Amino acid sequence: MSTTAEVDSTAPTPTTPSDYDDLRTSKRRKMTPTRVLLYAFLTAMSLLWLFPVVWALYNSFRDYDFTSENGYVSFGGFTMDNYTNAWSQGNFTQLFLNSAIIVVPAVFFTLVFSTLAAFVLSRFSFWFNLPMLILFTAANLLPQQSLLIPLFRFFREVGLLDSYLSVILVHIAFQTGFCTFVLSNFMKALPHSLTEAALVDGASVWRQYWQIILPLCRPSLAALTVLQVTWIYNDFFWAVAFLNSGDKFPITSGLQNLRGQFFTDYNLLSAGSILVAVPTIVVFFALQKQFVSGLTLGADKG
Amino acid sequence: MATPSLPPADTSPEGPRPQAPDNKKLQLMTGRDRLVLAFMVGIPAIFVLGFVWVPALISVVLSFTRWNGIGPVSDIQWIGFQNYTDLVTIYPQFLPAVSNNLLWLAVFFFIATPLGIFMATLLDREVRGTAFFQSALYLPVVLSLALIGFIWQLIYSRDQGLLNAMLGLDGTARIDFLGDADINIYFVLIAASWRHVGYIMLLYLAGLKGIDPALREAASMDGAGEVRTFFSVIFPAMKPINVVVLVITVIESLRAFDIVWVINKGTNGLEILSALVVSNVIGEASRVGFGSAIATILLIISLVFIVIYMISIYREDSPK
Repeated sequence: MSTTAEVDSTAPTPTTPSDYDDLRTSKRRKMTPTRVLLYAFLTAMSLLWLFPVVWALYNSFRDYDFTSENGYVSFGGFTMDNYTNAWSQGNFTQLFLNSAIIVVPAVFFTLVFSTLAAFVLSRFSFWFNLPMLILFTAANLLPQQSLLIPLFRFFREVGLLDSYLSVILVHIAFQTGFCTFVLSNFMKALPHSLTEAALVDGASVWRQYWQIILPLCRPSLAALTVLQVTWIYNDFFWAVAFLNSGDKFPITSGLQNLRGQFFTDYNLLSAGSILVAVPTIVVFFALQKQFVSGLTLGADKG
Repeated sequence: MATPSLPPADTSPEGPRPQAPDNKKLQLMTGRDRLVLAFMVGIPAIFVLGFVWVPALISVVLSFTRWNGIGPVSDIQWIGFQNYTDLVTIYPQFLPAVSNNLLWLAVFFFIATPLGIFMATLLDREVRGTAFFQSALYLPVVLSLALIGFIWQLIYSRDQGLLNAMLGLDGTARIDFLGDADINIYFVLIAASWRHVGYIMLLYLAGLKGIDPALREAASMDGAGEVRTFFSVIFPAMKPINVVVLVITVIESLRAFDIVWVINKGTNGLEILSALVVSNVIGEASRVGFGSAIATILLIISLVFIVIYMISIYREDSPK
């Protein structure tokens, strides 16, 4: 969105998709049959897309005995019990805590590492800049499963299997690639005169990074933080691969606890799913702008 | 996000600064500065190389060996391409997995991705309430694929699912959408596409916002219809985004794992390559060489597309 302008200053000024724009332009538009069709289609698609979540939300508030007697396509049997049961049966207090234990350091060190690397790779001209950037960017795109076997064996060798640290380390390595790519594009677009002035004044490299470049990266860092928190929170694979005691699972991987071996109470599972989705839904509503710009930051370069 | 306001460029009273070329700039640095720079790029590089690239290479090496992964490294036997021939000849899950991955790619490439692009072009047409439509489509993007697997079970479940209830099926007539090995992959793909469409829509819409409106106007002055304008003017102008979208479509199809794993760990009709790698390592039978061969195949297919992507984004940066 508006980040296009930051990353690539030569791009035409993008229009922000704000409600203000919509109001302004819609007055000029006549409601032709094509446009009626357009709105009908968009509305239908939107409702269709919202439906699975709304359905989970609806059934999460319903009593299992009621729905098994009246069927799911019915109305009534409302209760909050699924939420309290899901929370206690699924050991959600512990699982949410586990997620925080993994997400907070992983995101923090990812951003620290990638701002450092991006600073060097974008503000100086070393021979290794381009190969390094390629290695960093491509690393994030590899299929995680193709790294699993050596990492699994390595973590077992050093006694880190079934520890939070194993999951955190891999997240940092994997996400640093993407963030370095995004941040180096951003830093490259900052005028060189900024750091040259500091250099002549005798400021150290560290001061150029810490006092000049880093403060300017705040908007990008905000977007990347939101995006990385969501991604790492949503990770399922690394936790399943490296953790084997259920009480260490982050919430996304631990939701399986709610599924019985022979029988699944879907109302309970709905409530559990909604609880797991809450943090990301908060991101969706409150930090949509940062999330979207973080996601599209990576795609803007080209 | 607002464009950051930059402080005034000239703050030093010493007069005009030398426009130092980069090599001069390096000379201006102290030894300490160089050391700091080395650490700044070195530590992240060690992480990325050590936890991503080195393991990827070791996977390739291990794919030519037989090893149970438990014993010491000296237990490793070199067996050449044996694992690869075994995959094709005596491992019944392999070919279904390949065909499911191809199906995944085909559905994403021919249906989900074009639908996402189509939705983006519709939403780019000064639509009132665009914020609502965009949000609805992108809601699944913030959810994890594992969670999506759970949410869609509420719809697909044989005994408690919505779909069977809506079709009015009872008793034995009920369809086990996720349990029937002949059809379950298609229903999983619907759920996976639900997320992919939103993702592509977001990326494409961001790209469309950056297209110069004059391009479109020129095309419509020339009498080109909307469809024609899109295919002959907009789509070519979106080349960088098209590459991103292509790469994401391929990579996401190859990396698909969570949704299948939460449903049945990639068995019974839902075999995919990524799940086979995991079952060969974490399952009871630890077949490291065999799993590595599957991992290597995944890796090589991905690398083809990653290389295309890298060339497209870094071509202009190559040293003069």
